[in-house]
Amino acid sequence: MARQAGKSDLLFSGSDWDFTKLSRTYDAIEAIAVEELHLDTYPVQMEIISSQQMLDAYSSVGMPLMYHHWSFGKHFLYQDLLYRKGGRGLAYELVINSNPCIVYLMEENTMALQALVTAHAALGHNHFFKNNHLFKQWTDAGAILSYLDFAKSYIARCEERHGLATVEAVLDSTHALMEQGVFRYRRPPKLSSERQREGLRERLEYEERSYNDLWRTLPPSQQRVNDKAQDPKWKKSLNLPEENLLYFLEKNSPILDPWQREIIRIVRVIAQYFYPQRQTQVMNEGCATFVHYTLMNMLFDRGRISEGAMLEILRNHSNVIFQPAFDDPRFSGINPYALGLDMMQEIQRISTEPTAEDRDWFPNIAGRGNWREVLLDAWAEHRDESFIRQYLSPALIRKWRFFVLGDVADQPHFQVASIHNERGYEKIRAALAHSYDVGANRPDIQVVDVDLLGDRHLRLQHKVNHGILLEDASRDATLRHIRRLWGYEVSLAAVDAETGLTIHERSTSQIAE
Amino acid sequence: MPIFIDRRLNPKDKSLGNRQRFVRRAREELKRSIRDQIRIGRIADVDAEHAVPMPERGTGEPAFNNARNGGRRQHILPGNRHFSPGDLIPKPGQGVGAGASSPGNTASEDDFRFVLSREEVLDLFFEDLELPDMVKLNLKEILAFKPRRAGFAATGSPTNINVGRTMRNSHGRRIALRRPKQEELDAILEEIAMLELAPSSEAAHQRIAALRQELDRLERRRRRIAFVDPVDIRFNRFDPQPVPNANAVMFCLMDVSGSMGEREKDLAKRFFVLLHLFLKRRYDRIEIVFIRHTHEAQEVDEETFFNCTQSGGTIVSTALEEMHRIIRQRYPPSEWNIYAAQASDGDNSVTDSEHCIALLDGKLMRLCQYFAYVEIIDKREAHIFGTTENGTSLWRAYSAIDLKWSNFQMSRIATPADIYPVFRQLFGKQPAVLKRA
Repeated sequence: MARQAGKSDLLFSGSDWDFTKLSRTYDAIEAIAVEELHLDTYPVQMEIISSQQMLDAYSSVGMPLMYHHWSFGKHFLYQDLLYRKGGRGLAYELVINSNPCIVYLMEENTMALQALVTAHAALGHNHFFKNNHLFKQWTDAGAILSYLDFAKSYIARCEERHGLATVEAVLDSTHALMEQGVFRYRRPPKLSSERQREGLRERLEYEERSYNDLWRTLPPSQQRVNDKAQDPKWKKSLNLPEENLLYFLEKNSPILDPWQREIIRIVRVIAQYFYPQRQTQVMNEGCATFVHYTLMNMLFDRGRISEGAMLEILRNHSNVIFQPAFDDPRFSGINPYALGLDMMQEIQRISTEPTAEDRDWFPNIAGRGNWREVLLDAWAEHRDESFIRQYLSPALIRKWRFFVLGDVADQPHFQVASIHNERGYEKIRAALAHSYDVGANRPDIQVVDVDLLGDRHLRLQHKVNHGILLEDASRDATLRHIRRLWGYEVSLAAVDAETGLTIHERSTSQIAE
Repeated sequence: MPIFIDRRLNPKDKSLGNRQRFVRRAREELKRSIRDQIRIGRIADVDAEHAVPMPERGTGEPAFNNARNGGRRQHILPGNRHFSPGDLIPKPGQGVGAGASSPGNTASEDDFRFVLSREEVLDLFFEDLELPDMVKLNLKEILAFKPRRAGFAATGSPTNINVGRTMRNSHGRRIALRRPKQEELDAILEEIAMLELAPSSEAAHQRIAALRQELDRLERRRRRIAFVDPVDIRFNRFDPQPVPNANAVMFCLMDVSGSMGEREKDLAKRFFVLLHLFLKRRYDRIEIVFIRHTHEAQEVDEETFFNCTQSGGTIVSTALEEMHRIIRQRYPPSEWNIYAAQASDGDNSVTDSEHCIALLDGKLMRLCQYFAYVEIIDKREAHIFGTTENGTSLWRAYSAIDLKWSNFQMSRIATPADIYPVFRQLFGKQPAVLKRA
């Protein structure tokens, strides 16, 4: 502390904010974040928006630019209703994984809240986006905004040329498969640059201009057909089995026009962009919450924030991390903010004041005092599932009083499988980690076979884990959408993952249009 | 130092387009839902916002989801109080508590009601209705706008700069800020030239130096205070002035005689409320004339028409005569599209029906674009009169007109639920007039 905490040292006083206060606060927070937590962030762009604009942003999946689709209107109506009824408050901020990192601040926030939000989003989330390996590997923060701009104008142009209804039909079908439109295992290709996209458009236009109907009338070369039939390579080039259904349809569907394939590609790229966020909920929110809590306390200790502002900040903070017990009427699952913050504070505690148990469980970090490095490493290298598997400590399991409930469909009882005791720690940790594994918990559906020379029947396979089948109505509706994109019959076989037996098979020919 | 962007002044309603797409997509179902609501509720309720349930068809967003039940699952929950491993807990009816943490809990999003604005409700409600035969006098709902000079504005396009006003402001500002004039500069320059020509002396040198300094100061001041500053500039302001393309008038004739009971009056009023709303909604530039009659007719204002409870005998022709008088006085048929809607219980004094026919046949039908007659009948009569051409004296009399004039329509209303279908029949977009022609 250079000076005694005097009035002049306060970053702000009063609840009204203005741009100088915001800027001063951001600079102070950033300085302390770099100095004390060694955070590494993208440059920040702060945008002040009204509540109406926040609702708008909500409905277009939080992105500042988005193409038009009726489903966003539907989400808007839903959010609007919740907000008006007071059923749900609006977020104080919204942050976009882009470079520069865009942070939306609500104009209604008080200055104390703006400071909290700045630390939370502009530093916490920002650091996480920049450093976590999932985001580094799967999203391209520098290109996403220009890509969305391209997507929006491309789809608008398609609507102009091909009509609203046809474009909407493609988007509807593609949205239904959004979850099956990501590469889970292999690295996705980089977003193409503006120039490549320009080239693509030019090529398509050239093809359209130089189209000659005469070519269609030529008899197919006999030799070519035979080649195809004999060549297993042709099928091999499809790279089956394929987990990314949208990718498969985009590349191989026999009925789509080039612009339709481009639309599928756009939706696929956006789905891929959001995939890391779904795998790192606890970590992302935990990181941001830990950062804002730590930084705000540091600023308060240094006399830069007044007691009144700190009280307001703490009140909001405790609202955010509120976690009711399972039998509380307010319970709605595990709060990722609370779990993330607790786990990260636990790492801090273990590394500074370990107990004998901690030394036993975490020999690498217990008592080393290097919690900054451990956290930075965890934020960079982990996702929710691996983070929990690695760092959920017995002390925390006891604090949360976790227990595992076994639920077998045809039995009239739940059975308590493990509780927070010596025998249960490992099991609870594994079960909780598993429940955050997006890949394991969402239905695993792959393209396994396609009859290219016969009736073009597309076969999908659903690997059934633990006997959990798909919901019938939405499965049939989604199959219809796949059929629309594929053009021919599509069937989905449910195969038990353990025994390999087919449980049942559903084909589009069984489903009425 | 981050970049700050203040987006609060950006246009709002970025998702309005999406909302419109959604409403368009769900149009048919929303339309039905609103009509059902209004059929049950009061007709005047049309003119308000409406909460409608989420339409099911056409707005689902399916995806592959895990089923809610079946299979073997594990739930990890916080807050254990007294459970030990191996405890059995009976399952509640359908997955309360434990079910909350299971995946796929998003189905509730499709199950909500949302509010359509008054405009959207009316649009859906009056879709594909119109006044028949409006083309005749080219009454199109396109309003032409003509720009009209309306004072001055501080912003505008360069072509609209008002030079006189701008220069006046500039002049005033130059005076107020004491911008040095060219003459003052010239005078100093002249004096310097004079002094330089004269034999040099110490005093002259000093004077020249002082003058040059003064000259310099004045010149700097002239540069700082511009001759024309952006704040001086004024533009001509234009106000778009709507220009009427054509004129239309609707005559609402209602029988309020003693034979019209409370029920009949209520039905007739509901019909006119609907008509009134429809006209207000769809045609900005329509005039509505309200005429009510007993044994004598009078023109009344909207308030009286809908709310007054006067009563008396019945002579229908008085209303027609009043209408004719008003047309002659105020609405020359060469300039106006004339429409009329009449509601009555069909009772009329015996000789008057003939007179009505004569009036309509001889005068009014030639002037009117369209004449709709609605008869309010008893519920018990409904199944008797429903199909036949038999009926009250007025109905029988009007049947003759109906046969002769293609722009005449008649219909019967027995219950509130009939009002809307009859209204649609009378003002459907594919007018019966054309079908029969």
